[in-house]
Amino acid sequence: MRSNPGEGPFEVAPHPNPLPSKRAFTPVFDGLCGERERTARGAALMDLLYKIFLDPFVQMGAAPDLLVQTLWEGLVAGVLYSLIALGYVLIFKASGVFNFAQGIMVVFSALTLVGLYQLGVPAFLALALTIGVMFVLAFGIERLILRPLVNQPDIILFMATFGLTYLLIGFGELVFGGEPKVMITEALYLPKGAIEFKILGGFVQLQKIDIAAAIIASIMVAGLAVFFQKTRIGRALRAVADSHKAALSVGISLEYIWVVVWFTSGIVALATGIMWGAKSQVDFALEIIALKALPVLILGGFTSIPGAIVGGVIIGVGEKIGEFYWGPLLGSGIESWLAYVIALIFLLFRPQGLFGERIIERI
Amino acid sequence: MQLKHIVLGTALATMAGLPAVTVAQAADTIYIPLFSYRTGPFAGSGIPIANGMADYLNMLNERDGGIGGVKLEVAECETSYDTKKGVECYESIKGKNPVVTNPYSTGITLQLIPKAAVDKVPVLSFSYGLSASADGNTFPWIFNPPSTYWDGASVFVKYAAQVEGGLDKLKGKKLGLLYLDAPYGKEPIPLLEALAKDFGFELKLYPVPAAEMQNQSSLWLNIRRDRPDWIYLQGFGSMNPTAVSEAAKTGFPIGRLVGNWWAGSDDDARPAGAGGKGYLSLDFNQVGQNFPIIQDIIKHVVEKKKSQVTSVDKVGENFYNRGVLNSVYIAEGIRNAQRLSGKKLINGEDMRRGLESLNITEARLKELGMEGFAAPVKVTCADHNGHHSVYVAEWDGAKWTKKSDWIEPMKDKVIPLSDAAAKEYATSNAGWPKRTEACDK
Repeated sequence: MRSNPGEGPFEVAPHPNPLPSKRAFTPVFDGLCGERERTARGAALMDLLYKIFLDPFVQMGAAPDLLVQTLWEGLVAGVLYSLIALGYVLIFKASGVFNFAQGIMVVFSALTLVGLYQLGVPAFLALALTIGVMFVLAFGIERLILRPLVNQPDIILFMATFGLTYLLIGFGELVFGGEPKVMITEALYLPKGAIEFKILGGFVQLQKIDIAAAIIASIMVAGLAVFFQKTRIGRALRAVADSHKAALSVGISLEYIWVVVWFTSGIVALATGIMWGAKSQVDFALEIIALKALPVLILGGFTSIPGAIVGGVIIGVGEKIGEFYWGPLLGSGIESWLAYVIALIFLLFRPQGLFGERIIERI
Repeated sequence: MQLKHIVLGTALATMAGLPAVTVAQAADTIYIPLFSYRTGPFAGSGIPIANGMADYLNMLNERDGGIGGVKLEVAECETSYDTKKGVECYESIKGKNPVVTNPYSTGITLQLIPKAAVDKVPVLSFSYGLSASADGNTFPWIFNPPSTYWDGASVFVKYAAQVEGGLDKLKGKKLGLLYLDAPYGKEPIPLLEALAKDFGFELKLYPVPAAEMQNQSSLWLNIRRDRPDWIYLQGFGSMNPTAVSEAAKTGFPIGRLVGNWWAGSDDDARPAGAGGKGYLSLDFNQVGQNFPIIQDIIKHVVEKKKSQVTSVDKVGENFYNRGVLNSVYIAEGIRNAQRLSGKKLINGEDMRRGLESLNITEARLKELGMEGFAAPVKVTCADHNGHHSVYVAEWDGAKWTKKSDWIEPMKDKVIPLSDAAAKEYATSNAGWPKRTEACDK
């Protein structure tokens, strides 16, 4: 925690190099046109062009500390998006379905953790038990949903994940009630407060919880990447992703792979729930956080683990930079759709996604 | 096979087409539907409100045997704060002779406003819904006391001015509005824009899309860049605790972040931990259990296990007490309706007259066991809101405390704007009925 609130970001002295006023720039173009009206229109246009193409970069140069801060916020958000996207990618690779229930798994796991703690279970035991609950959930999903639907069209499986979503919402509300709960960050020894350092004539503030989130998410992302690229289970998963039938014919157990994958994405959901729950609170609205992974998936592809990682960071940084420097032009609050725009622009140049293979079918 | 399908299909179609079987209504109770949202993303505010509302009405049943000797039938309908479900609730209850509806969502209220006059069921939207519905001449069936969102925003400006040392000191200051990017959140904008012009402050708008409620980091970077002197928070659900936490984290002076009255639940402030201490919110009811009315609820309802509260210390939370105050308005409306109509068993039309003559004085508050619990409220034929005073509450780390005196809204600014908006509503909805209902003296 910052010791002296008087030194907070809102009390610091004005920036040493104030941003040049936009008015100082536009008059240069006044008078180029003869008529007053045309001049005014021209000036307005130049002002707009200035605001779009120059002003943001002037701001970046004039207040580099804010740029660094924005990049940092984008990086933290991006790593967390990568983590969520990974949850989708794993299940998509193994089951060929988009898991609509990923969002509610975030809520359900976080509620279980906090709910157990409120019952008096020590924090780390609650964490272990929650992981156990996610395993039971994965096992149950495999037994009751996936196995009976083997060989059915993918859309049936997809619809089954809708059913799972509403089942988990109802079950969660029944067990834990609808009241929002406070994430047990302190009991889990997650750090509080912030580190501030002076940089380039300003300051940058790094929240310790964000640093922890970035580190934990990076380790998980890296661990999962290695696990699924280098181990036997990983190879089996890739085989399953290529073809269920071929995998079965060489003796890979589909059931086993499915449990592993759903369990893994349950753990990813738990980590996501803890990190986002700490930023706000644990309630059913947390479900929508999972949708932040959609543009990442569009960009990175549904089957690519590196795609999810790099895509998450591109989306995270892109949307924060866009919101901060260009958002005010459009009345702010643009990041929710900006993420999709960024993803679509990338797709214009790489339709197969960031790391996807170009599919060539000869006819 | 095909025949079977046809038979099945026909059977299903017939079933769907059948009118819903209505349960015969016991004709000796007053039916009060409560639209509540105990589930869904906003349940955090919905649960205490629903508990407070139901518990007070049930307390009247337990303690007094209802109102005027008639028992109240309190029936909750779950909306999950979803407008579609709310309209379904309305359709399911409107045949049961409801005396009033409590939509508990601005979206549902907007849907019910045109239906109220047709079905003869008044709407009591307790300081939410359409600000302009305060105009009783245009909206004889809609009531939104004690204060509108515009009153709230004007009190925020007045409070900021008080701290700064006068309205003239607002000149050149920056006031931010941090709001949910939805009709509810946008409500105060026209009033704040007008006040910005009048008092010479700069209004900064910070919209939060519903999908980004828990993801506000870039928005707070904007706030760091703009350095507003004050922020008014018209947020809802998990947007509020996120904003309070972000304010605490980024070092925004927490005593200059003022929530409106729906951004002031205990659950809005609590998650920010120690950093949330000093967060302010507008309020029009007191918190705590030290009121005879609350003690009666505990004695007659909570201790008899007839309440849905999970523990007795939830009784007296800010939104619980607000639910109680909402139900006091309903009960007083019913009493008035019984007096004016001379009937014990009233209907929606009687209730409309009852709400229109709502006048809870200091003396009446004392009789009700709520001295100091809320400010007196008076609704008239022309003014269905009253534009009553509110106060600023402060979160002390564990509960809300009263920080300021009761502050009167800038009625001279709010009422003209409200009347103009009511006129515009009537003209833009072609065929909006002229008021034919007589006023009670």
